[in-house]
Amino acid sequence: MDAFLHQVLAGLATGGIYASLALALVMIYQATHLVNFAQGEMAMFATYFAWSLINAGMPYWPAFLLTVVFAFVLGVVIERVIIRPVENAPVLAIVVVFIALLVILNSVTGWIFTYTIKVFPSPFPAEPIFGRYITSHGGGAIGVTMVVLLLLYLFFRFTPLGLAMRAAAQNPDSARLVGIRVGWMLALGWGLAAAIGGVAGMMVAPIVFLDPNMMGGVLLYAFAAALVGGIDNPAGAVFGGFLVGVLENVLGAFVIGNELKLAVALVLIIGVLVVKPSGIFGKVLVTRV
Amino acid sequence: MAAFLEVAGLHASYGPTRVLHGIDFAMDEGTITTLLGANGAGKTTTLRALCGMVKMQGEVKFAGERIDGKATEDVVRRGIAHVPDGRGTFVYLSTEENLRLGAYTRKDRDAVEADLERVYGYFPRLKERREQQAGTLSGGEQQMLAVSRALMLRPRLMLLDEPSFGLAPLIVQELFQILRAVNEREKVSMLVVEQNAAMALELADHAYLIETGRVVLSGTAAEIRSNDAVRRSYLGY
Repeated sequence: MDAFLHQVLAGLATGGIYASLALALVMIYQATHLVNFAQGEMAMFATYFAWSLINAGMPYWPAFLLTVVFAFVLGVVIERVIIRPVENAPVLAIVVVFIALLVILNSVTGWIFTYTIKVFPSPFPAEPIFGRYITSHGGGAIGVTMVVLLLLYLFFRFTPLGLAMRAAAQNPDSARLVGIRVGWMLALGWGLAAAIGGVAGMMVAPIVFLDPNMMGGVLLYAFAAALVGGIDNPAGAVFGGFLVGVLENVLGAFVIGNELKLAVALVLIIGVLVVKPSGIFGKVLVTRV
Repeated sequence: MAAFLEVAGLHASYGPTRVLHGIDFAMDEGTITTLLGANGAGKTTTLRALCGMVKMQGEVKFAGERIDGKATEDVVRRGIAHVPDGRGTFVYLSTEENLRLGAYTRKDRDAVEADLERVYGYFPRLKERREQQAGTLSGGEQQMLAVSRALMLRPRLMLLDEPSFGLAPLIVQELFQILRAVNEREKVSMLVVEQNAAMALELADHAYLIETGRVVLSGTAAEIRSNDAVRRSYLGY
Protein backbone atom coordinates (compact mmCIF):
# COMPACT_ATOMS: atom_id res chain seq x y z
CA MET A 1 0.00 0.00 0.00
CA ASP A 2 2.84 2.35 0.88
CA ALA A 3 4.49 1.71 -2.44
CA PHE A 4 1.22 2.30 -4.24
CA LEU A 5 0.62 5.61 -2.49
CA HIS A 6 4.16 6.60 -3.29
CA GLN A 7 3.64 5.87 -6.97
CA VAL A 8 0.36 7.76 -7.07
CA LEU A 9 1.88 10.87 -5.52
CA ALA A 10 4.92 10.69 -7.76
CA GLY A 11 2.48 10.35 -10.64
CA LEU A 12 0.65 13.47 -9.54
CA ALA A 13 3.93 15.36 -9.51
CA THR A 14 4.85 14.47 -13.09
CA GLY A 15 1.15 14.67 -13.96
CA GLY A 16 1.18 18.34 -13.02
CA ILE A 17 3.99 18.87 -15.48
CA TYR A 18 2.08 17.03 -18.21
CA ALA A 19 -0.97 19.08 -17.28
CA SER A 20 0.92 22.34 -17.76
CA LEU A 21 2.23 21.34 -21.15
CA ALA A 22 -1.16 19.93 -22.15
CA LEU A 23 -2.67 23.26 -21.20
CA ALA A 24 -0.16 25.03 -23.43
CA LEU A 25 -1.16 22.73 -26.30
CA VAL A 26 -4.85 23.35 -25.66
CA MET A 27 -4.40 27.13 -25.58
CA ILE A 28 -2.91 27.14 -29.04
CA TYR A 29 -5.35 24.52 -30.25
CA GLN A 30 -8.34 26.58 -29.15
CA ALA A 31 -7.14 29.62 -31.04
CA THR A 32 -5.86 27.93 -34.20
CA HIS A 33 -7.16 24.34 -34.21
CA LEU A 34 -3.60 23.18 -34.57
CA VAL A 35 -1.39 21.18 -32.23
CA ASN A 36 1.97 22.86 -31.80
CA PHE A 37 4.45 20.00 -32.08
CA ALA A 38 7.24 22.39 -31.16
CA GLN A 39 5.71 23.17 -27.76
CA GLY A 40 8.05 20.76 -26.00
CA GLU A 41 11.19 22.01 -27.73
CA MET A 42 10.24 25.60 -26.92
CA ALA A 43 10.00 24.56 -23.29
CA MET A 44 13.33 22.75 -23.52
CA PHE A 45 14.99 25.82 -25.04
CA ALA A 46 13.64 28.01 -22.23
CA THR A 47 14.94 25.51 -19.68
CA TYR A 48 18.43 25.79 -21.18
CA PHE A 49 18.11 29.54 -20.82
CA ALA A 50 17.34 29.04 -17.12
CA TRP A 51 20.29 26.65 -16.82
CA SER A 52 22.61 29.30 -18.32
CA LEU A 53 21.40 31.92 -15.87
CA ILE A 54 21.80 29.61 -12.87
CA ASN A 55 25.20 28.48 -14.12
CA ALA A 56 26.26 32.12 -14.38
CA GLY A 57 25.53 32.46 -10.69
CA MET A 58 21.98 33.79 -10.60
CA PRO A 59 19.87 32.47 -7.70
CA TYR A 60 17.16 29.98 -8.68
CA TRP A 61 13.95 32.00 -8.33
CA PRO A 62 15.10 35.16 -10.14
CA ALA A 63 16.36 32.89 -12.92
CA PHE A 64 12.98 31.12 -12.88
CA LEU A 65 11.07 34.40 -13.32
CA LEU A 66 13.44 35.71 -15.97
CA THR A 67 13.03 32.43 -17.85
CA VAL A 68 9.25 32.72 -17.76
CA VAL A 69 9.57 36.20 -19.27
CA PHE A 70 12.09 34.94 -21.82
CA ALA A 71 9.80 32.06 -22.82
CA PHE A 72 6.87 34.46 -23.17
CA VAL A 73 8.84 36.74 -25.46
CA LEU A 74 10.14 33.74 -27.40
CA GLY A 75 6.56 32.56 -27.93
CA VAL A 76 5.37 35.96 -29.08
CA VAL A 77 8.30 36.38 -31.46
CA ILE A 78 7.84 32.88 -32.93
CA GLU A 79 4.17 33.62 -33.57
CA ARG A 80 4.83 37.02 -35.12
CA VAL A 81 7.82 36.06 -37.25
CA ILE A 82 7.29 32.40 -38.14
CA ILE A 83 3.63 31.46 -37.70
CA ARG A 84 1.97 34.71 -38.84
CA PRO A 85 3.16 34.47 -42.46
CA VAL A 86 1.69 30.96 -42.82
CA GLU A 87 -1.49 31.75 -40.89
CA ASN A 88 -3.72 31.12 -43.90
CA ALA A 89 -1.65 28.33 -45.39
CA PRO A 90 -3.07 24.80 -45.64
CA VAL A 91 -2.94 22.77 -42.43
CA LEU A 92 -0.17 20.49 -43.68
CA ALA A 93 2.05 23.47 -44.45
CA ILE A 94 1.65 24.72 -40.90
CA VAL A 95 2.31 21.27 -39.49
CA VAL A 96 5.55 21.20 -41.48
CA VAL A 97 6.44 24.60 -40.00
CA PHE A 98 5.80 23.23 -36.49
CA ILE A 99 8.00 20.22 -37.15
CA ALA A 100 10.69 22.44 -38.65
CA LEU A 101 10.53 24.58 -35.54
CA LEU A 102 10.92 21.46 -33.40
CA VAL A 103 13.97 20.27 -35.34
CA ILE A 104 15.55 23.72 -35.51
CA LEU A 105 15.16 24.42 -31.79
CA ASN A 106 16.45 20.96 -30.99
CA SER A 107 19.55 21.24 -33.13
CA VAL A 108 20.29 24.86 -32.28
CA THR A 109 20.22 23.90 -28.61
CA GLY A 110 22.47 20.94 -29.28
CA TRP A 111 24.81 23.21 -31.22
CA ILE A 112 25.00 25.84 -28.48
CA PHE A 113 24.97 23.62 -25.39
CA THR A 114 26.09 20.24 -26.83
CA TYR A 115 24.07 17.06 -26.38
CA THR A 116 25.80 16.17 -23.13
CA ILE A 117 23.24 15.51 -20.41
CA LYS A 118 23.30 18.18 -17.72
CA VAL A 119 22.06 18.28 -14.15
CA PHE A 120 19.35 20.86 -13.57
CA PRO A 121 18.84 22.01 -9.99
CA SER A 122 15.59 21.76 -8.09
CA PRO A 123 14.64 24.75 -5.96
CA PHE A 124 13.35 22.40 -3.29
CA PRO A 125 15.55 20.80 -0.62
CA ALA A 126 16.83 17.25 -1.00
CA GLU A 127 15.45 16.00 2.32
CA PRO A 128 11.72 15.20 2.22
CA ILE A 129 9.58 18.06 3.52
CA PHE A 130 6.15 16.81 2.45
CA GLY A 131 6.18 13.55 4.38
CA ARG A 132 7.67 10.21 3.41
CA TYR A 133 5.49 9.42 0.41
CA ILE A 134 6.70 12.15 -1.92
CA THR A 135 10.00 13.82 -2.70
CA SER A 136 10.37 17.52 -1.99
CA HIS A 137 10.73 18.22 -5.67
CA GLY A 138 7.61 16.23 -6.46
CA GLY A 139 5.55 18.11 -3.89
CA GLY A 140 7.06 21.42 -4.93
CA ALA A 141 6.33 20.73 -8.60
CA ILE A 142 2.68 20.05 -7.73
CA GLY A 143 2.60 23.36 -5.84
CA VAL A 144 4.16 25.29 -8.71
CA THR A 145 1.74 23.70 -11.17
CA MET A 146 -1.19 24.64 -8.96
CA VAL A 147 -0.04 28.25 -8.72
CA VAL A 148 0.35 28.45 -12.52
CA LEU A 149 -3.10 26.96 -13.06
CA LEU A 150 -4.69 29.29 -10.54
CA LEU A 151 -3.05 32.37 -12.07
CA LEU A 152 -4.19 31.31 -15.53
CA TYR A 153 -7.72 30.68 -14.33
CA LEU A 154 -7.90 34.09 -12.67
CA PHE A 155 -6.43 35.76 -15.75
CA PHE A 156 -8.84 34.19 -18.23
CA ARG A 157 -11.86 34.36 -15.99
CA PHE A 158 -11.61 37.83 -14.47
CA THR A 159 -9.51 40.17 -16.59
CA PRO A 160 -10.73 42.04 -19.68
CA LEU A 161 -7.63 40.90 -21.58
CA GLY A 162 -8.31 37.28 -20.68
CA LEU A 163 -11.89 37.65 -21.85
CA ALA A 164 -10.69 39.25 -25.09
CA MET A 165 -8.31 36.34 -25.68
CA ARG A 166 -11.10 33.83 -25.18
CA ALA A 167 -13.32 35.82 -27.52
CA ALA A 168 -10.61 36.04 -30.18
CA ALA A 169 -10.02 32.29 -30.01
CA GLN A 170 -13.72 31.46 -30.31
CA ASN A 171 -14.93 33.85 -32.92
CA PRO A 172 -12.24 35.98 -34.56
CA ASP A 173 -14.68 37.83 -36.83
CA SER A 174 -16.92 38.95 -33.99
CA ALA A 175 -13.86 39.75 -31.90
CA ARG A 176 -12.64 42.17 -34.58
CA LEU A 177 -16.11 43.72 -34.65
CA VAL A 178 -15.80 44.70 -31.00
CA GLY A 179 -12.35 46.12 -31.63
CA ILE A 180 -10.13 43.29 -30.39
CA ARG A 181 -6.78 43.04 -32.20
CA VAL A 182 -7.07 39.34 -32.92
CA GLY A 183 -3.56 38.95 -34.33
CA TRP A 184 -2.03 40.23 -31.10
CA MET A 185 -4.28 38.01 -29.02
CA LEU A 186 -2.88 35.02 -30.91
CA ALA A 187 0.67 36.21 -30.28
CA LEU A 188 -0.17 36.69 -26.62
CA GLY A 189 -1.60 33.16 -26.53
CA TRP A 190 1.65 31.81 -27.96
CA GLY A 191 3.57 33.80 -25.39
CA LEU A 192 1.49 32.45 -22.51
CA ALA A 193 1.69 28.89 -23.82
CA ALA A 194 5.46 29.17 -24.13
CA ALA A 195 5.73 30.61 -20.62
CA ILE A 196 3.69 27.71 -19.18
CA GLY A 197 5.87 25.32 -21.16
CA GLY A 198 8.95 27.00 -19.71
CA VAL A 199 7.70 26.34 -16.19
CA ALA A 200 6.95 22.74 -17.10
CA GLY A 201 10.45 22.39 -18.54
CA MET A 202 12.10 23.75 -15.41
CA MET A 203 10.00 21.45 -13.23
CA VAL A 204 10.69 18.30 -15.25
CA ALA A 205 14.39 18.92 -15.89
CA PRO A 206 15.54 17.90 -12.36
CA ILE A 207 13.73 14.57 -12.89
CA VAL A 208 14.64 13.69 -16.49
CA PHE A 209 17.89 15.73 -16.60
CA LEU A 210 18.60 18.46 -19.08
CA ASP A 211 19.28 17.48 -22.67
CA PRO A 212 17.90 18.67 -25.99
CA ASN A 213 15.62 15.63 -26.30
CA MET A 214 14.26 15.75 -22.79
CA MET A 215 10.79 16.95 -23.77
CA GLY A 216 10.08 14.28 -26.39
CA GLY A 217 8.41 11.89 -23.97
CA VAL A 218 6.85 14.69 -21.94
CA LEU A 219 5.19 16.16 -25.03
CA LEU A 220 3.78 12.75 -25.89
CA TYR A 221 2.28 12.42 -22.41
CA ALA A 222 0.97 15.97 -22.61
CA PHE A 223 -0.60 15.22 -25.96
CA ALA A 224 -2.26 12.12 -24.49
CA ALA A 225 -3.43 14.23 -21.53
CA ALA A 226 -4.95 16.88 -23.79
CA LEU A 227 -6.75 14.24 -25.84
CA VAL A 228 -8.01 12.35 -22.80
CA GLY A 229 -9.45 15.49 -21.25
CA GLY A 230 -10.75 16.91 -24.52
CA ILE A 231 -8.40 18.93 -26.68
CA ASP A 232 -10.71 21.95 -26.61
CA ASN A 233 -11.14 21.96 -22.84
CA PRO A 234 -8.45 23.52 -20.60
CA ALA A 235 -9.82 22.02 -17.38
CA GLY A 236 -10.09 18.65 -19.09
CA ALA A 237 -6.48 18.86 -20.24
CA VAL A 238 -5.35 19.55 -16.69
CA PHE A 239 -7.35 16.60 -15.39
CA GLY A 240 -5.96 14.50 -18.23
CA GLY A 241 -2.44 15.53 -17.26
CA PHE A 242 -2.80 14.32 -13.69
CA LEU A 243 -4.57 11.16 -14.84
CA VAL A 244 -1.86 10.31 -17.36
CA GLY A 245 0.83 11.00 -14.77
CA VAL A 246 -0.71 8.66 -12.23
CA LEU A 247 -1.54 5.94 -14.78
CA GLU A 248 1.93 6.03 -16.23
CA ASN A 249 3.54 5.70 -12.83
CA VAL A 250 1.26 3.08 -11.36
CA LEU A 251 1.15 0.93 -14.48
CA GLY A 252 4.89 1.38 -14.94
CA ALA A 253 5.64 0.28 -11.39
CA PHE A 254 3.21 -2.60 -10.96
CA VAL A 255 1.89 -3.81 -14.30
CA ILE A 256 3.95 -3.26 -17.43
CA GLY A 257 7.31 -2.18 -16.08
CA ASN A 258 9.20 1.06 -16.59
CA GLU A 259 10.45 0.19 -20.07
CA LEU A 260 6.96 0.26 -21.53
CA LYS A 261 5.75 3.41 -19.73
CA LEU A 262 5.70 5.55 -22.85
CA ALA A 263 3.43 3.01 -24.47
CA VAL A 264 0.76 4.03 -21.95
CA ALA A 265 0.61 7.43 -23.62
CA LEU A 266 0.35 5.91 -27.09
CA VAL A 267 -2.35 3.47 -26.00
CA LEU A 268 -4.29 6.33 -24.43
CA ILE A 269 -3.98 8.48 -27.55
CA ILE A 270 -5.20 5.70 -29.83
CA GLY A 271 -7.84 4.57 -27.35
CA VAL A 272 -9.33 8.02 -26.96
CA LEU A 273 -9.30 8.69 -30.69
CA VAL A 274 -11.09 5.41 -31.36
CA VAL A 275 -13.57 5.34 -28.48
CA LYS A 276 -14.35 8.96 -27.68
CA PRO A 277 -12.56 11.41 -30.00
CA SER A 278 -13.84 14.44 -28.10
CA GLY A 279 -12.21 13.26 -24.85
CA ILE A 280 -13.81 12.92 -21.44
CA PHE A 281 -14.73 16.59 -21.17
CA GLY A 282 -14.87 17.44 -24.87
CA LYS A 283 -17.15 20.34 -25.57
CA VAL A 284 -20.76 19.48 -26.13
CA LEU A 285 -22.67 22.64 -26.90
CA VAL A 286 -26.39 22.83 -27.24
CA THR A 287 -27.22 25.56 -29.68
CA ARG A 288 -30.66 26.88 -30.38
CA VAL A 289 -31.31 28.51 -33.70
CA MET B 1 -22.04 70.48 -44.85
CA ALA B 2 -20.41 67.16 -45.52
CA ALA B 3 -22.48 64.09 -44.81
CA PHE B 4 -21.88 61.97 -41.69
CA LEU B 5 -21.21 58.89 -43.74
CA GLU B 6 -20.33 59.25 -47.38
CA VAL B 7 -19.69 56.31 -49.67
CA ALA B 8 -18.46 56.84 -53.21
CA GLY B 9 -17.68 54.29 -55.90
CA LEU B 10 -17.63 51.29 -53.57
CA HIS B 11 -16.41 48.17 -55.37
CA ALA B 12 -15.94 44.78 -53.79
CA SER B 13 -15.50 41.22 -54.94
CA TYR B 14 -15.21 37.74 -53.50
CA GLY B 15 -12.37 36.21 -55.48
CA PRO B 16 -13.17 36.68 -59.15
CA THR B 17 -16.85 37.38 -58.49
CA ARG B 18 -17.58 41.08 -58.37
CA VAL B 19 -20.40 41.90 -56.01
CA LEU B 20 -20.42 45.68 -55.76
CA HIS B 21 -20.09 47.78 -58.89
CA GLY B 22 -19.69 51.29 -57.55
CA ILE B 23 -22.16 51.98 -54.74
CA ASP B 24 -22.74 55.63 -53.83
CA PHE B 25 -24.75 56.82 -50.89
CA ALA B 26 -24.64 59.23 -47.98
CA MET B 27 -26.39 59.70 -44.68
CA ASP B 28 -26.70 62.47 -42.11
CA GLU B 29 -25.90 62.19 -38.43
CA GLY B 30 -28.75 61.03 -36.25
CA THR B 31 -30.76 59.51 -39.07
CA ILE B 32 -31.73 55.96 -39.92
CA THR B 33 -30.99 54.91 -43.45
CA THR B 34 -31.92 51.59 -44.96
CA LEU B 35 -30.43 49.68 -47.86
CA LEU B 36 -33.06 47.59 -49.57
CA GLY B 37 -32.64 44.92 -52.18
CA ALA B 38 -33.19 41.29 -53.04
CA ASN B 39 -30.97 38.38 -52.05
CA GLY B 40 -27.51 38.77 -53.51
CA ALA B 41 -27.92 42.45 -54.32
CA GLY B 42 -24.84 43.29 -52.26
CA LYS B 43 -26.35 44.74 -49.09
CA THR B 44 -24.42 42.60 -46.63
CA THR B 45 -21.25 43.05 -48.64
CA THR B 46 -21.71 46.82 -48.47
CA LEU B 47 -21.85 46.72 -44.69
CA ARG B 48 -18.90 44.35 -44.52
CA ALA B 49 -16.91 46.61 -46.84
CA LEU B 50 -17.64 49.65 -44.66
CA CYS B 51 -15.93 48.08 -41.70
CA GLY B 52 -13.04 46.51 -43.50
CA MET B 53 -14.23 42.90 -43.48
CA VAL B 54 -13.96 42.47 -47.25
CA LYS B 55 -11.43 43.90 -49.65
CA MET B 56 -12.84 46.97 -51.37
CA GLN B 57 -12.05 49.88 -53.61
CA GLY B 58 -13.68 53.29 -53.41
CA GLU B 59 -13.97 56.02 -50.88
CA VAL B 60 -15.66 55.88 -47.47
CA LYS B 61 -15.74 58.99 -45.33
CA PHE B 62 -17.00 58.82 -41.77
CA ALA B 63 -17.36 62.05 -39.78
CA GLY B 64 -15.03 63.77 -42.23
CA GLU B 65 -12.32 61.11 -42.09
CA ARG B 66 -11.40 58.50 -44.69
CA ILE B 67 -11.94 55.04 -43.21
CA ASP B 68 -11.65 52.90 -46.35
CA GLY B 69 -8.79 50.41 -46.18
CA LYS B 70 -8.66 50.62 -42.39
CA ALA B 71 -8.61 47.42 -40.35
CA THR B 72 -11.92 46.37 -38.80
CA GLU B 73 -10.58 47.00 -35.28
CA ASP B 74 -9.71 50.58 -36.21
CA VAL B 75 -13.06 51.26 -37.82
CA VAL B 76 -14.74 50.01 -34.64
CA ARG B 77 -12.56 52.29 -32.54
CA ARG B 78 -13.98 55.26 -34.46
CA GLY B 79 -17.44 54.44 -33.13
CA ILE B 80 -18.96 52.19 -35.76
CA ALA B 81 -20.68 49.13 -34.33
CA HIS B 82 -21.66 46.31 -36.67
CA VAL B 83 -24.48 43.92 -35.82
CA PRO B 84 -23.44 41.21 -38.23
CA ASP B 85 -25.33 38.79 -40.36
CA GLY B 86 -25.79 35.67 -38.20
CA ARG B 87 -25.49 37.76 -35.02
CA GLY B 88 -21.86 36.89 -34.30
CA THR B 89 -22.60 35.61 -30.80
CA PHE B 90 -19.67 34.39 -28.72
CA VAL B 91 -21.55 31.17 -28.06
CA TYR B 92 -19.35 29.75 -25.30
CA LEU B 93 -19.30 32.97 -23.28
CA SER B 94 -22.02 34.18 -20.95
CA THR B 95 -24.52 36.82 -21.97
CA GLU B 96 -22.85 39.39 -19.78
CA GLU B 97 -19.38 38.53 -21.07
CA ASN B 98 -20.70 39.10 -24.59
CA LEU B 99 -21.94 42.51 -23.53
CA ARG B 100 -18.70 43.43 -21.80
CA LEU B 101 -16.81 42.56 -24.95
CA GLY B 102 -18.90 45.15 -26.75
CA ALA B 103 -17.29 47.78 -24.56
CA TYR B 104 -13.80 46.27 -24.97
CA THR B 105 -12.28 49.40 -26.54
CA ARG B 106 -13.74 51.77 -23.96
CA LYS B 107 -11.67 53.06 -21.06
CA ASP B 108 -14.50 54.64 -19.00
CA ARG B 109 -15.15 51.68 -16.67
CA ASP B 110 -17.87 53.33 -14.59
CA ALA B 111 -19.85 54.41 -17.63
CA VAL B 112 -19.62 50.85 -18.96
CA GLU B 113 -21.30 49.54 -15.80
CA ALA B 114 -24.04 52.13 -16.24
CA ASP B 115 -24.45 51.20 -19.90
CA LEU B 116 -24.78 47.56 -18.95
CA GLU B 117 -27.80 48.46 -16.85
CA ARG B 118 -29.06 50.69 -19.66
CA VAL B 119 -29.12 47.88 -22.23
CA TYR B 120 -30.65 45.54 -19.64
CA GLY B 121 -33.31 48.23 -19.37
CA TYR B 122 -34.00 47.91 -23.09
CA PHE B 123 -33.85 44.12 -23.01
CA PRO B 124 -34.85 42.82 -19.55
CA ARG B 125 -34.76 39.26 -20.90
CA LEU B 126 -30.99 39.52 -21.27
CA LYS B 127 -30.65 40.47 -17.65
CA GLU B 128 -32.52 37.32 -16.63
CA ARG B 129 -30.06 35.34 -18.71
CA ARG B 130 -26.89 37.24 -17.84
CA GLU B 131 -25.00 34.19 -16.54
CA GLN B 132 -26.29 31.84 -19.21
CA GLN B 133 -24.07 30.56 -22.01
CA ALA B 134 -24.97 32.79 -24.96
CA GLY B 135 -25.16 29.89 -27.41
CA THR B 136 -28.18 28.58 -25.54
CA LEU B 137 -30.21 31.77 -26.01
CA SER B 138 -33.06 31.70 -28.49
CA GLY B 139 -32.67 33.34 -31.88
CA GLY B 140 -34.57 36.43 -30.79
CA GLU B 141 -32.54 36.73 -27.61
CA GLN B 142 -29.32 36.38 -29.55
CA GLN B 143 -30.41 39.16 -31.88
CA MET B 144 -31.16 41.34 -28.87
CA LEU B 145 -27.74 40.40 -27.53
CA ALA B 146 -26.11 41.39 -30.81
CA VAL B 147 -27.83 44.77 -30.78
CA SER B 148 -26.97 45.26 -27.11
CA ARG B 149 -23.36 44.29 -27.66
CA ALA B 150 -23.17 46.95 -30.37
CA LEU B 151 -24.77 49.52 -28.05
CA MET B 152 -22.12 48.79 -25.41
CA LEU B 153 -19.59 50.49 -27.69
CA ARG B 154 -21.58 53.72 -27.36
CA PRO B 155 -21.46 53.86 -31.13
CA ARG B 156 -21.98 56.93 -33.27
CA LEU B 157 -23.13 54.73 -36.11
CA MET B 158 -24.69 51.29 -36.00
CA LEU B 159 -24.63 48.96 -38.97
CA LEU B 160 -27.46 46.45 -38.71
CA ASP B 161 -27.46 43.44 -41.01
CA GLU B 162 -30.93 41.90 -41.32
CA PRO B 163 -31.98 42.45 -37.72
CA SER B 164 -35.34 40.83 -38.45
CA PHE B 165 -33.90 37.64 -39.93
CA GLY B 166 -35.44 34.48 -38.51
CA LEU B 167 -37.45 36.24 -35.83
CA ALA B 168 -41.15 36.00 -35.05
CA PRO B 169 -43.13 39.05 -36.21
CA LEU B 170 -43.91 40.17 -32.66
CA ILE B 171 -40.26 40.08 -31.68
CA VAL B 172 -39.32 41.98 -34.82
CA GLN B 173 -41.75 44.70 -33.87
CA GLU B 174 -40.39 44.90 -30.36
CA LEU B 175 -36.84 45.07 -31.66
CA PHE B 176 -37.61 47.79 -34.19
CA GLN B 177 -39.36 49.87 -31.53
CA ILE B 178 -36.28 49.68 -29.39
CA LEU B 179 -34.05 50.62 -32.32
CA ARG B 180 -36.25 53.64 -32.92
CA ALA B 181 -36.06 54.59 -29.25
CA VAL B 182 -32.27 54.24 -29.20
CA ASN B 183 -32.04 56.43 -32.28
CA GLU B 184 -34.25 59.12 -30.81
CA ARG B 185 -32.90 59.13 -27.26
CA GLU B 186 -29.24 58.55 -27.88
CA LYS B 187 -28.90 60.05 -31.35
CA VAL B 188 -27.25 56.91 -32.66
CA SER B 189 -27.24 56.93 -36.45
CA MET B 190 -28.19 53.63 -38.05
CA LEU B 191 -27.61 52.00 -41.39
CA VAL B 192 -30.00 49.08 -41.69
CA VAL B 193 -29.91 46.35 -44.30
CA GLU B 194 -33.20 44.53 -44.61
CA GLN B 195 -35.14 42.12 -46.73
CA ASN B 196 -38.26 43.00 -44.85
CA ALA B 197 -38.74 46.22 -46.82
CA ALA B 198 -42.02 47.22 -45.19
CA MET B 199 -40.55 47.11 -41.70
CA ALA B 200 -37.36 48.83 -42.76
CA LEU B 201 -39.20 51.68 -44.49
CA GLU B 202 -41.31 52.21 -41.40
CA LEU B 203 -38.17 52.54 -39.30
CA ALA B 204 -35.95 54.54 -41.65
CA ASP B 205 -35.79 58.17 -42.67
CA HIS B 206 -34.03 57.49 -45.96
CA ALA B 207 -33.73 54.50 -48.22
CA TYR B 208 -31.53 53.29 -51.03
CA LEU B 209 -32.52 50.48 -53.33
CA ILE B 210 -29.64 48.25 -54.43
CA GLU B 211 -29.85 45.92 -57.40
CA THR B 212 -26.93 43.73 -58.48
CA GLY B 213 -24.32 45.85 -56.78
CA ARG B 214 -25.56 49.30 -57.77
CA VAL B 215 -27.82 51.91 -56.21
CA VAL B 216 -30.83 52.20 -58.53
CA LEU B 217 -33.11 54.39 -56.47
CA SER B 218 -32.90 56.66 -53.46
CA GLY B 219 -35.09 59.01 -51.50
CA THR B 220 -36.88 59.52 -48.24
CA ALA B 221 -38.60 56.48 -46.82
CA ALA B 222 -41.98 57.94 -47.77
CA GLU B 223 -40.93 58.52 -51.38
CA ILE B 224 -39.54 55.02 -51.74
CA ARG B 225 -42.64 53.51 -50.19
CA SER B 226 -44.88 55.23 -52.71
CA ASN B 227 -42.71 54.26 -55.68
CA ASP B 228 -44.71 51.87 -57.84
CA ALA B 229 -41.84 49.60 -58.80
CA VAL B 230 -40.70 49.23 -55.19
CA ARG B 231 -44.25 48.61 -54.06
CA ARG B 232 -44.72 45.80 -56.56
CA SER B 233 -41.30 44.16 -56.20
CA TYR B 234 -40.43 44.63 -52.55
CA LEU B 235 -43.59 45.42 -50.64
CA GLY B 236 -45.74 42.99 -52.58
CA TYR B 237 -49.02 44.79 -52.95
